[in-house]
Amino acid sequence: MKQLTCIVCPRGCQLNIDDNNVVTGNFCPRGKNYAISEITNPTRIVTSTMKVLNSNEVRVPVKTSKPIKKDLMFEIMDKINSKLVYAPIKIGDILIENVDGDNTDIIATKNIDVK
Amino acid sequence: MRNCNLVIVGGGSAGMAAGCKAYELGERDILILEKNNYLGGILNQCIHNGFGIHEFKSELTGPEFMTRFSDKVKQYNIEYKLNSTVINISEDKIITYSNEQEGIVDIQAKAIIFTTGCYERNAGAIQIPGDRPSGILTAGQAQLYLNNYGYLVGKKVFILGSGDIGLIMARRMTLEGAKVIGVAEINPYSAGLNRNIQQCLLDLNIPLYLSHTVKQIIGKSHVEKIVLAKVDEKFNFIPGTEIEFECDTLLLSIGLIPYTALLSKTGMTFSKTKGANINQAMETDIPGIFSAGNALHVHDVVDYVVAEAKEAAVGAIKYLNGQLNNSNNKIDIIPSFGINYVIPQKLYIDEVDDIVTFKFRVNKPYKDINILFIFNGEIIKKIYKTAIIPSEMEMINISKSLFKNNNGQLVIKIEEKK
Repeated sequence: MKQLTCIVCPRGCQLNIDDNNVVTGNFCPRGKNYAISEITNPTRIVTSTMKVLNSNEVRVPVKTSKPIKKDLMFEIMDKINSKLVYAPIKIGDILIENVDGDNTDIIATKNIDVK
Repeated sequence: MRNCNLVIVGGGSAGMAAGCKAYELGERDILILEKNNYLGGILNQCIHNGFGIHEFKSELTGPEFMTRFSDKVKQYNIEYKLNSTVINISEDKIITYSNEQEGIVDIQAKAIIFTTGCYERNAGAIQIPGDRPSGILTAGQAQLYLNNYGYLVGKKVFILGSGDIGLIMARRMTLEGAKVIGVAEINPYSAGLNRNIQQCLLDLNIPLYLSHTVKQIIGKSHVEKIVLAKVDEKFNFIPGTEIEFECDTLLLSIGLIPYTALLSKTGMTFSKTKGANINQAMETDIPGIFSAGNALHVHDVVDYVVAEAKEAAVGAIKYLNGQLNNSNNKIDIIPSFGINYVIPQKLYIDEVDDIVTFKFRVNKPYKDINILFIFNGEIIKKIYKTAIIPSEMEMINISKSLFKNNNGQLVIKIEEKK
């Protein structure tokens, strides 16, 4: 049995989902779908920053190009923090390729000009 | 003195959106004044995603969202001045700004859109007993240090207040290796959006202490400990509920307040939000001065900031074209039971094309209620809601045809079901 707060609407139902994926506590069917996807394969977009050289700015904000498995969040943070990048950088530039072995890239979310 | 048709004070998301909309409506004499060295405002440090779902139909990060607008400002060739701080706005719409190149400059505007955003309530606002060591910051300060400069302000962090920035920072600092011990909220419900409770706290097993607040800060030169205690419904500490936490940082996420100090000399009136009182065209008490975005009332979604700023631009263009002639026939909007505030505060219904949008927040969470719109004693609209919470702004459209009169009072209140 696992408890979740439904994030589909402001009502914020307290959901319970058991080992057979039976959902209770949901006011509407959307809560059931949310709980099942959250239990079977929870994913998240990770956003962070990377150290940038050769610019007046010192960090470039980045994100995963698609949602990654929730369990991989910290592993991916380590990879993001272990690398530096150089300006110029454009939004969408791939800064780390295939970061999770599932073709997710780390991409820039801001234009960074050269100093 | 230079003359300018439309001066926009503040080049964040609201200011840029207002400028672009005014341009699209045909205005070419526009100037945006921005105190920072870039356009985009607070979005520059909001590196998380979830922006733009309404405006761009995609989930963007803050920097991506702001770049879409700053690119448009540049593409339209709208004049903007960076590093330019506005220091005064007069009732007759003379704006005084200062920057390194020009010194102190006066400019006569025909219309002004005021989009300066909001500021964070800080430690001084809540008077926590105990020591005054270093290591106490607002969540937004910690966000700026971490996301724009790469400094993690602490390793063992407690967060007071469950505002969205605090929740976002709980996740962000955890991902960067800090230990976030907990988040305390003085109210029995969260001030942040439910989705942020889920993805920022529950995802990372960070406890949320509802009906709790910090009773004491302990630390000689730097924060060493905080004492948390439970509060009753009148926010009095309940003896015996104290818990001590060792930490090196206390982050505050205890509310945002529209920044309107620059308007204080104009003589206009302000609402409970601390933003200006406005009419349906986003115009303040002073004809030709408009306001939108977080400078008016604090929004939870930037897409709504942008939509509101565009409305202010529409209003400003109508004003410049002489199409905004507020008559004596005015409807006062009165927030009543359960409603914290409503925007607009006054309504010139004759100026409305076909619908009026009311934005409001409730004063606490409710379930199974009706929202009543009562015009001169008669219910003109009744909307059922299964649930309604203070952290989500409500928007309700009402058709002009429901107003049988062009003056009087519109009361908005909550009706609880028995």
